[in-house]
Amino acid sequence: MRVPLSWLSDYVDITIPVEELARRLTDAGLEVAEVERRGDWQNVFVGQVVEVRPHPNADRLVLATVDLGGERQTVVCGAPNVAVGQKVPFAREGALLVDPRTRQPAPLRRAVIRGVESAGMICSELELGLSDDHSGIVVLPDDAPVGVPLSSYLGETVLELEIRPNRPDALSVLGIAREVAALSGTQVREPPLHYEAHGPPVRRLASVAVEAPDLCPRYVAAVVRGVRIGPSPPWMQRRLEAAGLRPINNVVDITNYVMLEMGQPLHAFDLRKLAGRRIVVRRAREGESLLLLDGSEARLRPDMLVIADAERPVALAGVMGGANSEVDEDTTDVLLESASFLGPSIRRTAQALRLRTEASLRFEKGLSRELPLPAARRAVRLMVELCGGTAARGLIDVFPGRERQAPIVLTEERLRRVLGMEVPREEVERALSALGFRCRWRRPATYVVTPPYWRTDVRIADDVAEEVARVVGYDRVPALLRAPSLPPAEPDPLRDLRERLRDALAQAGMQEVITYPLSDRETLARALSPAELAAHPPLRVANPMSRELEYLRTTLRAGLLRTLARNQRWRAGLVALFEVGRIFLPRPDDLPTEVEMAAAVVGGQRPDRWGLPRGGPADFFDAKAFLEAALAILGVEAEFAPVEHPVFLPGSTAAVTVAGERVGLLGQVHPEVARAFEVEGDAFLFELEVERLLPHVPARRRYRPVSRFPPVREDLAVVVEEGVPAGTVRRLIEASPLVARAELFDVYTGPPVPAGKKSLAFAVTYQALDRTPSDEEVARERRRIVARLERELGATLRG
Amino acid sequence: MGQPILGAAMPSLTETLTELEREARDALAAAADLEALDAWRSAFLGRKGRLREVTRGLGSLPPEERRQVGALANRVLADLEAAYEERRRALEGEALARKLAQAAVDVSLPGRPLPRGRLHPVTQTLRDVLAAFQALGFQVVEGPEVEWDYYNFEALLIPKDHPARDLWATLWIDYRRDGEMPMLLRTHTSPNQVRYMEKHRPPIRIVSPGRCYRYEATDPTHEWMLTQVEVLAVDEGLSLADLKGTLAEVARRLFGTERRVRFRCEYYPFVEPGMDVLIDCFQCRGEGCRTCGQSGWIEVLGSGMVHPRILANVGYDPERYTGFAAGLGIERIAMLRYGIDDIRLFYQNDLRFLEQF
Repeated sequence: MRVPLSWLSDYVDITIPVEELARRLTDAGLEVAEVERRGDWQNVFVGQVVEVRPHPNADRLVLATVDLGGERQTVVCGAPNVAVGQKVPFAREGALLVDPRTRQPAPLRRAVIRGVESAGMICSELELGLSDDHSGIVVLPDDAPVGVPLSSYLGETVLELEIRPNRPDALSVLGIAREVAALSGTQVREPPLHYEAHGPPVRRLASVAVEAPDLCPRYVAAVVRGVRIGPSPPWMQRRLEAAGLRPINNVVDITNYVMLEMGQPLHAFDLRKLAGRRIVVRRAREGESLLLLDGSEARLRPDMLVIADAERPVALAGVMGGANSEVDEDTTDVLLESASFLGPSIRRTAQALRLRTEASLRFEKGLSRELPLPAARRAVRLMVELCGGTAARGLIDVFPGRERQAPIVLTEERLRRVLGMEVPREEVERALSALGFRCRWRRPATYVVTPPYWRTDVRIADDVAEEVARVVGYDRVPALLRAPSLPPAEPDPLRDLRERLRDALAQAGMQEVITYPLSDRETLARALSPAELAAHPPLRVANPMSRELEYLRTTLRAGLLRTLARNQRWRAGLVALFEVGRIFLPRPDDLPTEVEMAAAVVGGQRPDRWGLPRGGPADFFDAKAFLEAALAILGVEAEFAPVEHPVFLPGSTAAVTVAGERVGLLGQVHPEVARAFEVEGDAFLFELEVERLLPHVPARRRYRPVSRFPPVREDLAVVVEEGVPAGTVRRLIEASPLVARAELFDVYTGPPVPAGKKSLAFAVTYQALDRTPSDEEVARERRRIVARLERELGATLRG
Repeated sequence: MGQPILGAAMPSLTETLTELEREARDALAAAADLEALDAWRSAFLGRKGRLREVTRGLGSLPPEERRQVGALANRVLADLEAAYEERRRALEGEALARKLAQAAVDVSLPGRPLPRGRLHPVTQTLRDVLAAFQALGFQVVEGPEVEWDYYNFEALLIPKDHPARDLWATLWIDYRRDGEMPMLLRTHTSPNQVRYMEKHRPPIRIVSPGRCYRYEATDPTHEWMLTQVEVLAVDEGLSLADLKGTLAEVARRLFGTERRVRFRCEYYPFVEPGMDVLIDCFQCRGEGCRTCGQSGWIEVLGSGMVHPRILANVGYDPERYTGFAAGLGIERIAMLRYGIDDIRLFYQNDLRFLEQF
C-alpha cells in the first residue's frame, strides 16, 4: 500500500517527523518498508510560457520567455513540444538536475547557446528525475500555480506499507490515518459523504437480485445519470499515480480513488449496457465465459461468483469488470456497485484465473459489511462533484448477510495475564477509543469493548489485549525470566546418536555439507539401484520451482556426488564430505517414512605431505579410514563383507555390519555413475542408517583393565588364499587370550609367495594382566594361533 | 752439605712439578675436542701419566722435603683435575651447540597437513541456539518435514483460502485425496507445536528444530530451504512478559550483552498478541545502513502468545493455561553472527566457504 503523505494529511494532522511516524507505525504492526521522497527540487519553479520566438542562429532551437509570477526569463529551448500558454517546470541557475548524457545530477550553470544567453532551463522528466523520458519538456496541468517552487506543487513523500493479511482496513489512506491519529494522539477527519440527490428514486432506474447470498452478504447499488466522461482532475490523477494506479477517466478514477481512500473496492457499470437494467449476483453457469477489462477471456466455473445483468455475466465479482458493460467515453448513466463478497470465494476465483487485482486482494481478506454504504456515498458525491452527474435518490441495499457482533468482554485479569503487566484503566480506555473502539467499564473489573466496524480482525479478548499493547508500545511490557518446574526431559536416543555421528564424522576429518532434498528424477535414479528405485519411488512436488527441484530424495548419494563434483571444479586435493539428513520413503496414503541417514563421499587426491611420499589418488581405504575413525569414536566395531550394488564397483564394495546386522554400505562408486555426476577420478561413498546403528552404540563405554606388565611384541606373517579376508585372519589372531592386539602392517603378493596367494603381516602384542608372558609361553601361543589359522583358513606361516 | 750440589746438579722435584703443571695447562688449552681431552687426561693424570711418574720419585726424598713436595703434588693434581672438568664442560657445551645447530629446521615450512573436519555453519549456529534454550529448561523435539496441510495450516488457524496462506508460499506433494492436495513440504516448524501438544499436558517447554521449504525465488536474502527453530511454552500464568524475558535472555546468550533488543507488534495467525524481535544492526550498530534497510534494526524472530483457540483445540483450558511461541530462522542468525551477506552461500556447499567456520 502506497500512501502519499499529502493525501494522508487530508484526514489527519501529521504532527511528528515522517521517520518517527514510520517507526511508530512499524512498531504498531503496520510495517513501513520504505519512505519514498520524490521531487525534492531546489531552484525549480512553476512557470508559464508567454512567448516563443525562433532562435536567430539555429533552426532547431527557439527562445522561450517564461513568466514566473511577475518576473520573466528567456531561455534557449530545443524541445519540440514547447508552446505558448503551457505551465512548465523552470530551473534557475544552481538547480540540481539530471544530466541527460551522464544520468548523474549536476548543478545548472548559466550558458550562452549559439550566441544567445539562456537564463535557465525548461526541464524534461529525465532532468527532474521523474522518468527516463527526455523527448520533450514536462507540461504541467493547468492548475499549477505560477511562481511557486515545483517541490511544493509536484513533490511528494510516499509511505510504502506492507500490510499484513489481517488488516484489510489498513489497505486504505483513511485506515492509515486512523492508526496515525491513535499513535500520535490526534483526531481523524472523515471524508465528506453527503450529496444532493435530484433524480428519480434509484429503484425506478435499476434493480438488484442476490441469488447467492452465501457468497455475497451485501450489495449496494447507486445510479448517477448525465455524467460527462473525461479526464479526472489533476489532483486526483496525481494522487492515483503517487499511489501506483494509472488514471483512466473520471468515473473509473473515482472508483479507484475511493477504494484507495476507504478500502472498499467499487465498480462502475454503464447502466445502459446492462440488459434489463438489472443486476443479478449469482454463480456462473456451466460453459459461461466473460471477456474481461484487461482483454482476457475468463472461462467461468460454477463455483465462481459473477455479476450478471438480465442475460449474461457482466463482471467477475470482486475481481474484474467485463468489457461488455465497461464505462467508455459515450457513457452517461452509471450504476455504481459497492458490495461485500465472501473472501475465500474471491480468493479461490482470483487464484484459479491468476488474476490478483487490487479489488480481489482486498475482498479476500474479509472486508467489513458496513463499509459498502459509506463508500458508495463517497463515490456518488465525487461523481456529482467532478463528473457533472445527477444522483438518483436513495441507494439499493440488498443485505442478506446482516449480522450482529456481540461486544467483546475483556477482564482486567485477562489483560494482565496476557501482557504480564498492569495497564491503568484510563490508559486502556484512551488507547481503545483512539482506535475507534467503544469501551464500557463494567464492575468490578471488566471492559466491554465494541470494535469499530472496519476492524474485522478483532474478535476475542486477546485481540483487544494486543490493541492495547501496540498502542502503549511493546517496549513497555516487562521482561520476566522465571525458572519453571518441569517434568524430566524425555530421552531421544535417535536424535542423540545422529548428532554424535555428525560430530564423529567431523572429528574424523570430513566436512559437513547440507544439500537440497529435491532434485530431478534422473539424478536420483542414477544413485539408486533399480530395486531401490522400485521399492521407494520418490515423491513428486506438484508445483516444482524448476525441473531440477521436483522429486524428494530417497538417498543422500546423489546430493553428495553432485557436491563433490562441484567442489572439484574449484579446488584440487582431497575432498571428503558428509551429510546427515533425512530421506523420504513414500507410504500409501500416509506421510512418507523419514529415515535419518549419514552418508559421505571421498574423492580427489590425497594431499602431498612434504618430506613424505607423494599423495596419489584417494582410494577405498581412505574412505574406509574415515568411516572406521567415526565408528571408533562412537565405540562401534564394524565388519566389512563384500557385496554387490549396481551403483558401486563390483569387488570394491562392502556391506557394513555390526554384530551381524547390516547398518550401511561402503564402496567405490561405479566409474560410469561417477562420470554421470561429472566427478573427476574415482569417488568413494559410504552411508549409515542411524536407527540401525542405534542398538549397537554403547550408551556408556565399559572400562577394560590395563596391564601393569610389559607386553611382548612380535611380527607374524602368514600366507593365505587371496580371497581370504584380512579381517578374518585378524579376528582369529585376536581370539587368543594372550593377544591384546594384532595390527596389519603389510599385504604382499608376488614371488616368492605362490600365485593366487597373499602374505599378511601382523604386529602382534602379547600381554597378560597378571604377569609378563615368558618366551616359552609366547612361543606356545604363537604355535597354537598358527595351527588354528592353518586349520580354519589353510594358512601357512611365512618363511 | 751435599744437597745444594744435588739440587744444582739436576732440577728439583718442585721445579719438575711446576714445569709439568705449566706444560699440562698448555696442552689442556690445546685439546680441541672431547677425544683430545681424554688423551690429555690419560697422558697427564692417568695411572701411567706424567704426574704419577714424577710423584713416584717422592719416596727417595728426605721426610721434610717429601712432605713439602707431596703437598705440592697434591695441589697440582687437584688444580689440573678442576681445570680438566672446566674444560670438559666447555667442550661438551660446544659439541651440543654444534649438534643442535646442525639439527635446526626451516621453521617456516608448513606442518604436515592433517584432514580437517568441520560442521556446517548452520549446524553450529543451530546447536548454539538450542543450547541457549536448553539452558532455560527447553527440551528438543522434532517433527516430520513432509507434513499434512492440517498441521502446517489448518490447526494453526489458517484454513483453506485464508489470505494468510500467502505468507508461506507452499510446495505441495503430488498426492490427492478427495480432490485436494493434503500433503506438503512444511513451510515452518510451527506444526510441531500442535503435534506436541496433542500428546502432552502442560507444563510444556520445547524447542523444535528442522528444515522448512518455501516456493520462493532465491536472492541474497531469500532461500527456498531454511532451518527454523520453533519455541513453545505452555503453563499457568505465562504472559508476554515471560516471552520477552526468555527471548531477551536467548538473544543475550547468542549475540552478547552489548546488543540491544527491541520488540514490536507483528501478525501471525496462530498467536495473539504477535510480536517480532529485533536486534540492532551488526553492520552499523543502529545507525542505519544497507544491511538493515536503513532502519538500524534487524528482525531475528517472530513470536507471540499462543492463540487460545489452538489451546482449546488440543483440549487445554485456555482460561487456565496460556502459552508463548516463537520461530527463529537459523540462517539469518548465522548471517548476523558471521557477517555473511548472501544466504545462498549456505547451501551451495562451496568448501572455500564452509571451511571458514
